[in-house]
Amino acid sequence: MSGFAGFAVRRTVAAVLTLLALSVIIYVVFYATPGNVAQITCGPRCSPEQVHQVAQQLRLDDPLYLRYWHFLEGIVVGQDYSTGTSVEHCSAPCLGQSYQSDQQVMQIILTKLPVSLSLVIGAMVLWLLLGVGTGILSAWRRGRLSERVLTGITLAGLSTPVFVIGLVLMIVVCGQLELLPFPEYVSFSDDPEQWAWGLLLPWLTLALGEAAYFARLTRASMLETLAEDHIRTFRAYGVGERSIVGRHALRGALAPIIALNANDFGSAVGGAVLIESLFGLPGIGQELVHAVNVVDLPVVVGMVLVIGFFVVLANAVADVLYALADRRVVLT
Amino acid sequence: MSEALVATQVPEADASGTSGARQFWRRLRAQRAALVAAAVVALLVLVALAAPLLTAIEGQDPTTYHPSLVDSARGGVPIGSFGGISGDHWLGVEPQTGRDLFARLVYGARVSLGVALAATAVQVLLGVVVGVASALGNRWVDQLLSRIADIIVAMPLMIMALALLAVVPGSFPRPVLVALIIGFVAWGTIAKITRAATLTLKELDYVSAARLSGWGTWRIARRELLPGLAAPIITYAALMVPANITIEAALSFLGVGVKPPTPSWGQMLTSANVWYQAAPQYLLLPAGALFVTVLALTVLGDGIRTALDPRAASRLRVGTGRGQEAKS
Repeated sequence: MSGFAGFAVRRTVAAVLTLLALSVIIYVVFYATPGNVAQITCGPRCSPEQVHQVAQQLRLDDPLYLRYWHFLEGIVVGQDYSTGTSVEHCSAPCLGQSYQSDQQVMQIILTKLPVSLSLVIGAMVLWLLLGVGTGILSAWRRGRLSERVLTGITLAGLSTPVFVIGLVLMIVVCGQLELLPFPEYVSFSDDPEQWAWGLLLPWLTLALGEAAYFARLTRASMLETLAEDHIRTFRAYGVGERSIVGRHALRGALAPIIALNANDFGSAVGGAVLIESLFGLPGIGQELVHAVNVVDLPVVVGMVLVIGFFVVLANAVADVLYALADRRVVLT
Repeated sequence: MSEALVATQVPEADASGTSGARQFWRRLRAQRAALVAAAVVALLVLVALAAPLLTAIEGQDPTTYHPSLVDSARGGVPIGSFGGISGDHWLGVEPQTGRDLFARLVYGARVSLGVALAATAVQVLLGVVVGVASALGNRWVDQLLSRIADIIVAMPLMIMALALLAVVPGSFPRPVLVALIIGFVAWGTIAKITRAATLTLKELDYVSAARLSGWGTWRIARRELLPGLAAPIITYAALMVPANITIEAALSFLGVGVKPPTPSWGQMLTSANVWYQAAPQYLLLPAGALFVTVLALTVLGDGIRTALDPRAASRLRVGTGRGQEAKS
């Protein structure tokens, strides 16, 4: 077990270092650009006085490493800043303040996060079921007509951008057939049934594209495992095909799928941005698009950092899960 | 994990020049689906290149408004059946503005393919330079570049591209900007593939021979390594093109990518969203164009992979069936 514990510790340290490096890159890209940083940060409609104030808050007179340190300090221990008339405290993790809406960035993110998490986690359950199921089925039926049909559907799913899937689904399912209401977000604590009902189409949309990817992956992984020696031995002993595919091959094939599922979290977040905008769900993605459109830099930077945090976390979890799964495979 | 995936893409010491290329064509031609896809891609490229010519034949252009062709009393619905399809407007006109849809669609192909190809070029250039430098440099250079590549791979492309679009001045030509941004946020994987392939190649006898004869690192990289890197790089780049098309369309769909009046398929979909009942073809045309383009490029990319690396690709191929088990 010490080998695994050591690995987990090393992986955690690596994740923290990655996050730090990410924050440096993001800080440099967004706050060390040529041009008037204070003006860009404050937004296009700021007065010269406000710009001057922002320049002081960002400590633009300090050298870059001190400014970054100040930024990092805010995230770790929080910071106080003056709004001109009063001094406000921004508790850790402080990601600064939007100069356009006068809200703290962390506050904005926290109000939007439940929507995005509901969307991504719900869709993830769906795409794992759909994707892994389809993948197993097409590995099992390999060489037959049903496998070719499944492969064709998978390829079509991979080739359709998620917002096209969403648009078509919305028009057909909600508009023409009226099977589902147009998606809207109701908080889970308010009404769980409405929550699920309103998110059903967004879940399905996000899940379809990802499921295609996982179906392909599962199929490839299954075929690879099925070609291994121990499976041939099972066959030679007369173990049934159903048991070989369903139990023995799946066990070997599952490890890379678990790892890639967490690694793929990032692309799912990208898809979630599109889906939130398409269906008008008030999540992080929609807010990010809005912030980009009005050039609300503190919000953009804060959101990129928070999303980066989740992605790095997911990747670390993926690696640990993979190590665990791999051990089990070795042990059998 | 990713290292293992990367490793399977490195071909065996097969860096021979002409015979390799001939073998590649033979293997590509053997796949019917890839051939059909190649034909579709060729047609799309032709349409994109000939967009001014095609619209000149039609007698239209993508930006002129035709207010007389839409019914302003009904909110701007195109006059006539099927969204105003006529001899003058082959695919009808856009609701509200009356701009010619055929012209916007073929000019949209220019944007779509142009941005995707340019972005792929940036990705390949950055990825190969970083990957080779990482593999040939000392331990510190390798560590630094590899970690940066890791972070680039980890960050969601869409998010980074979106965020970068916020800080770049609006005066920059939009399609060029979108291509550059997609290129700069997505070179990580190709850098990792190049690094892994270079590390393998570096140990081969002909490279050692070059080193022993006193060649410099740069000359070895250019003359001995790059030809051997071609297969994994082309394989990956071919699959990047459809991905880049999707990203461009997505950014334009969100209203932050290519901006009007320059036509783009993603942007057409956004405005078509509300018109699906009155003018369904306005939505179906860009959606279909995107689907066909991405599908054809994906199938072609798969075909190229199979032709360059049959060993790795056989696992993904359709219906390899029982032969697979016997072989292994």
